[in-house]
This record gives sequence, C-alpha cells and structure tokens, in this order.
Amino acid sequence: MAHAHPVKRYTGLMDWLTTVDHKKIGILYLIAGGFFFLIGGLEALLIRVQLWKPLNNFVSADTYNELITMHGTTMIFLAAMPIIFAMMNAIVPLQIGARDVAFPFVNALGFWTFFFGGLLLNISWIAGAVPDAGWTSYLPLASPTYSTDKGVDYYVLGLQIAGIGTLVGGINFLVTIINMRAPGMSFMRMPMFTWSAFITSALILFAFPALTVGLVALMFDRLFSANFFEVSGGGNTVLWEHIFWIFGHPEVYILILPAFGIISEVIATFSRKRLFGYSSMVFATVLIGFLGFMVWAHHMFTVGLGPVANALFSIATMLIAVPTGIKIFNWIFTMWGGSIKFTAANLFAVGFVPTFVMGGVTGVMLAAAPADFQYHDSYFVVAHFHYVIVGGLVLGLFAGLHYWWPKMFGRMLGEGLGKLTFWTFFIGFHLTFFVQHFLGLLGMPRRVYTYLDGLGFNNMNLISTIGAFLMGVGTIIFIINIIVTSAKPKTAGNDPWEDGRTLEWAIPSPAPEYNFVQTPLVRGYDALWKEKMDGNEGMSPAEPIGPIHMPSPSILPFVMSLGLFIAGFGFMYANNDWQAGFFKDLFASHAVAGAGLLITLSCMVIRSLKDDHGFHIEPEELTNKGVKA
Amino acid sequence: MSAHSHLDGQLPHEPERATLEGRNKVLGFWLFLGGETVLFGTLFSAFLALRDQVGDGNPSGQELFKLMTVAIATVILLTSSLTSVFAIQAMHRNQVKAMQGWLILTVLLGLAFLGLEIYEFYEYVHEGHKFSTSAFSSSFYTLVGFHGAHVLFGIVWISLLIAQVARKGLNVVTAPKVYVAGMYWHFIDVVWVFIFTVVYLMGKVA
Ligand code: HEM
Ligand SMILES: [Cu+2]
Repeated sequence: MAHAHPVKRYTGLMDWLTTVDHKKIGILYLIAGGFFFLIGGLEALLIRVQLWKPLNNFVSADTYNELITMHGTTMIFLAAMPIIFAMMNAIVPLQIGARDVAFPFVNALGFWTFFFGGLLLNISWIAGAVPDAGWTSYLPLASPTYSTDKGVDYYVLGLQIAGIGTLVGGINFLVTIINMRAPGMSFMRMPMFTWSAFITSALILFAFPALTVGLVALMFDRLFSANFFEVSGGGNTVLWEHIFWIFGHPEVYILILPAFGIISEVIATFSRKRLFGYSSMVFATVLIGFLGFMVWAHHMFTVGLGPVANALFSIATMLIAVPTGIKIFNWIFTMWGGSIKFTAANLFAVGFVPTFVMGGVTGVMLAAAPADFQYHDSYFVVAHFHYVIVGGLVLGLFAGLHYWWPKMFGRMLGEGLGKLTFWTFFIGFHLTFFVQHFLGLLGMPRRVYTYLDGLGFNNMNLISTIGAFLMGVGTIIFIINIIVTSAKPKTAGNDPWEDGRTLEWAIPSPAPEYNFVQTPLVRGYDALWKEKMDGNEGMSPAEPIGPIHMPSPSILPFVMSLGLFIAGFGFMYANNDWQAGFFKDLFASHAVAGAGLLITLSCMVIRSLKDDHGFHIEPEELTNKGVKA
Repeated sequence: MSAHSHLDGQLPHEPERATLEGRNKVLGFWLFLGGETVLFGTLFSAFLALRDQVGDGNPSGQELFKLMTVAIATVILLTSSLTSVFAIQAMHRNQVKAMQGWLILTVLLGLAFLGLEIYEFYEYVHEGHKFSTSAFSSSFYTLVGFHGAHVLFGIVWISLLIAQVARKGLNVVTAPKVYVAGMYWHFIDVVWVFIFTVVYLMGKVA
C-alpha cells in the first residue's frame, strides 16, 4: 500500500527548476538574493562615487534618482527578504524536527514568483525606463503626470509579482511551524530563530496585502486612468503614504526579527550557555510584532496629521524601544559568564549588538515628532535606517551564513577569511554611515544628487565613500571565502561547532533529503544540548524506521511565475506608443497580458486536477546522504 | 501521513482533517483568509477615504445605487452561502450525490449574482459612472470589482471541484479541497455583507 507510483527524478538544471525540497529552495533563495545583493551594492557604490566630492557629475541627476530608487527597492525586496527566506528554508524545518515544510509546492512557487518579479524590476535597466520615484514611490511624483516613462510601471508590477511570492512563503512557514513540530517540540521549546521566523511570517501575512492593494491602486492610476492618487480627479496622495507605511513599518520588523533570531542562536552557541531570559525573548518578539502595526505614521510626522496623531504615534513608536531593550540586555547576559568563542559567526553577532543599539537610539530620536521636523528627509534618517538594516539585519545574516554554512553545504567557511570579512565590513560600515548622522544634522538632504562646496559636507562625504568601498572589499572577501570553501571536501560532521544546541545539529551536514531518518523526540528546550547533558548519543527517535513519503518535483511553480512575468510585460506595454503593426496589435489587444495570465491559471487548474501522490523512500535507501549543492 | 491510507473503505468522520496534508490545507487557508481580510480592509479604507470625491456633474452613489437590485443580489449570495453549508454537511454524512447537488446550486446562485453585478455595472457606466470618472468611481469599481473577481474565481474553482469529485469520488484528498472552497465561499459572502452596508446602504443615506 505504501508504494506510490514511480516518480521521475530530475538531475542537473531540471532538478533545480523543479525542486520542492526546502533545503534546495533555500539555496536558490541564497543564490538569487546574493545576486541581487551584488547588483544593489554596485548601485550603492555608484551613488557614493557621485557624492564623493561637491558638484560632481559622475552620473546625471536622472540617473542618480534611478540609482537610489533601484538600490533601496532591490536591497529590501530582492536581497534582504530572499536571504531571510534562504535561512528560514534551510533551517526552520530542521529546528522543529520536521521532514518537510507544510506546502513544498507553494514554497517553490514563492521562490519563482520572487525571482521573476525581481527579474522584471531589473529588466527596466535594459529597457531604458528605470523606476526613479524612490523606493517609497510617493505620489504625485510617481503619478502618470510626473513619471511619464515606464519606470514606475516596472516598480509596480515587479513588486506585485515578487510580493505574491513573499506572501505565500509566509503562509507556508506559519503552517509548517504550527502543524509540523516533532513530538515534544512545544511552542515554548522552539529555538529563538524559529520563533522569529514565525512572527516574521505573521507580519508578512498581515502587512503584504496592504502593499498589494497600494500597488494595484497605483497600477490602475497609471495604466487604466484611475483616480486614487490623482488630485485633479479627487484622489488623495496622502492615502498612498498611509497604505505604503502600514505595510512599510511592519516590513522593517519583518526584516529585523529574523536577525534577532539568528543573533540569539549564535550568541548562545558560542557563549556555550543557555539563552538568557528565553521566555522574555519570546514575549519581546511577539510584542514587537504587535506594536509594529501601530506606528506607521512616524514616517509621516511632517505631513500634517495634527498634534494629537503625531503625539500618539510618537509614544507608540518609543514603546517599541522597550521590548527591543529587553533583547539587548538578554544577549549581554547570555554572554556574561559564558566561555565565549570568537568565531567569525560570533564576531558578526557580537558586533551586531552595539551597532544595532546605535540605530535604535537614533530611532527613538526620530520618534520625537517635533525633533523629526529637523531630521526628516535628511541624511540623519539615512544613517538611522542603515544602522538598523545593515548594522542590524546584514550583520545578522552574515552571522547566520557563517554559522549555518556547514549545515547548508557540508563545508565550513574559512575562519580566517571570515574574520577578515567581518573586520573590513564592520569598519567600512561605520565609516560609511557614522558620519552621515552629522551630515544630516548639518542639513544635507537625502535623495539629492549633489551638494555645493563650502557647506562643510566635503570631508564627511569623502569618508563615507571610502567606507563604502571598504564594505565592498569585505563583500568580495566573503565571495572569495565561498569559492575557496567550495573547493574543499565535504567533511563537516553533524555538529561541526561541537557546541550545537538545537535539532539541526543532530543530523548530517548537509541534511539528507528527508531531514530525519526517524522523527526525533524532543525532551526540552535546546533539544540536542539536553541530550548531550544527559550523556546520550544524539536524539532518541519518536517512531520506528519506515518508508518516508516525499512530494514529487514539479515544473509548474516555474511556469506559473513565468506566466505572471509575461502578463506583467503585457500590461505594461499595452498602451505603449507602438508603431502600427504586429506588436501594436499584439499588446494593445491585451493578448500578451491575457496569454500570461492564461498560462498561470492553466497551471493552477493542472495542479488542482492532477493529484500529487509523491513517492516513498524505503528504509533500505536511507543512506544519510546530504543534498547536493 | 500517507494520502492513500483512507482512499478505499470508509471515510473518516471529518475527512478534511484526516491527513496531515488536509489539516495543513485547512489551516493554511484560514491564514490566507486572514491576509485577504487585510486586503479587503485596505480596499474598504481607500473607498471610505475617497467616496465623497465625486467631482462636478458626475452621479453620486445616492443617485446611482438601486437598492432593489443590490438587495436581490445580497439575498442570492447569502442563499448560496447556505447551500454551500448544506454541501459540507452532506460531505460529512458521506452523501456524495447530495453534496454535488448543493455545490451545483451554489455555483448557479453565484452565477446569478455575477450576472446581476455585471448588469448593474453596465447601467452605471451608461449613467456616466465610468472607472476613470472620479476617485469615487475608481475606488468603487476596484472594491466591488475585486469582490466580483473573487466570486468569479470561486465559481470556476467549485465547478472544477464538482468535476473532480465526479471523477475521483470523495476521499481524503478531495474532501479538504471541497471544505476549503466552502470556507472561501463564506468569506466572500461576509465581504459582500460589508460591501452592502458600507458601500450601498451608507452611500444611499449619506
Ligand atoms: C527602536 C526602534 C526604531 C525606532 C524608534 C524607529 C523610528 C523611526 C522613525 C521615527 C523614522 C522616520 C524618520 C523620518 O523619515 O523622518 C524611521 C525611519 C526608518 N526606519 Fe526606523 N526605527 C526603529 C527601528 C528600525 C528598524 C529595526 C528598521 C529596519 C530594520 C528601521 C528602518 C527604517 C527605515 C528603512 C526608515 C526610513 C524609511 C524611508 O523614509 O525611506 N527602523 N525610523
Ligand atoms: Cu517605521
């Protein structure tokens, strides 16, 4: 009875295009997110070259606007989010003792829609019409009146498609964590990283649909002459700001919570101590997630919502500093009295703590509404959010990548190069952004392509540019480390750091396709550490060895996303001023858009009608082989 | 674990929750509806913010809305919710024929609703209430149209499920699909109740 139909198993490229294995999808997210990170980084360097001296004309004002818009959009949606998803895919199922995620097919779909959305957005560079209204795409600047080329259309459709992927990815992780935990893995025994993935997914679920609506409204304004934000037709531009930030502020917590989770794991492991105040950490994470929805208008203090609204949002914003502070103290107390090992991963984690505190402090400064009238739209804000995003999230991701690399790929990253990455990136980071606080206080506005001589901006901008290049060097060293490491043999054991506390360190590195030969029985928080302390060899199983059911690979997620990609182009170029002829007929009749949507819908129908029986791995085949990377 | 274990033989009491896959599907769908709630919540907020921006010489909601048509549409859609409940009850009693019958009735009622809505939009456009007329019209058509698109999607989806159950019968693979489609149908019903009150009733009295 257990025998299902034999399933075609692909190799090579086809394997990657059809995989539904969360570990491989994690690697895909990492590659694609890493690729976009490099593009976004390149854009950042061009911005810094333009600003290294006053009245520079390295790039034009127009190009500069395109660079800052694409830098911000790419880094947040196409680099940071996907690399977070890479870590969640690679680690969360392992940490809860699950064989798979709840919806492997949907998980693959999430990756491919993100990928094609990102591709669409970046094709704008080739098409010669690049989004240039800022990553916040405020109206009326982004309206068809003031952004006449197709740049903003690329933003709207690219993000819309990528956003679908993020949303379904979030649902997948919520269900996985709620329904698929191993026996004994109660909520209050879950590792901190899994907790943060859980809350982040919940924030995604409740924040992204708001962005979806905002983008739909902007798209309707731009493509079908709607009047949501068209003042002449009765529309309201402040409405966009509300919608964007109701999504946008939770989004910044979507970004930072996983980093909090990673830091909690890395610091506990390398302090060789139980995480201090675990329950208060959980509580603080939930509270931050909750409060994150009540503060969006702190981005709009200068809009003129009135003193009452400003005061309330000001207080609500400052409140978030309380749970955040709890976390900071818990990390410090975790290290306190521990026998700390300064591995590269831990350097990133320890470096994170003071850096993030600085970002939090400027955040509270910005939250004082009257003072924000001075800071707003100046480099002070740029410094603030780079301290929390780069000094927070990116350091956290580096920590996580160095820490979990052996679990993802079976090889340890070089420690020497890792430490070099840390020091160059860390010093480069502070050089770049510390001075920007003062540039902002001196009055340098953000998003302006140049500045005059004699304002006292020159030296600090030069320092900032030098720092940016140092961060670039750090990134290159990291890439060299990856290349050098990939040439080494796969020798990492189950628990290569020897101090692993959580379930992922109980299984081979990299994890086999089915993760656990036998589902483990969890007997406490820090499940593996508990067994180690009780003198046991690894986890005790919760079930006998038996055949393991696996989902079949499928090309449909790829094709579905491709359909959306084609539809995106179809809508964008439907009212293009084509010369009369074949292309005009094709696009203007919405044939291309329709065909794209038809591809996607047909895939959905096929998926619904064709049952996926999956296949079984028999006990004799359980060889503990890891996934190939 | 295996999706096969109940394929032949007696269906369990709640077939939609008999397998882990089924339970995942139901929970995932609840969460999805949570996201949909935010989606419609945002659409409602945009509509409320813009509904007075009618513009000079354009028809207002008060002039346009014909409560009779909308009330009939409401009754039809609410009835379809009831028939979908009967379908799920029949499923729980393992009466496949009855379930299919109720589902077909649900689809027919959905089609009737959609027909009325299209007719209504057609009338409005003729009275000068086009998509691009004003901020009011844009937000009106977007909100109500999003709901209409959801109804259309539900109709296609449930029809496919009817065909599927006819071919494969009711089992632990098809049951969660039917159950989830039922949840979806209730959800669009609830959204409609809000549209009826917020858009039409409030639009008529305001
Ligand atoms: C203690 C916590 C925090 C507080 C009190 C805070 C407060 C603020 C305030 C008031 C602003 C608006 C400034 C202005 O435009 O005038 C702001 C901007 C911003 N914050 Fe934070 N923040 C905090 C943490 C974070 C975190 C953790 C992140 C991201 C990981 C973040 C990302 C951003 C971004 C991206 C912006 C600028 C958006 C833009 O205008 O482009 N913040 N923050
Ligand atoms: Cu914010």
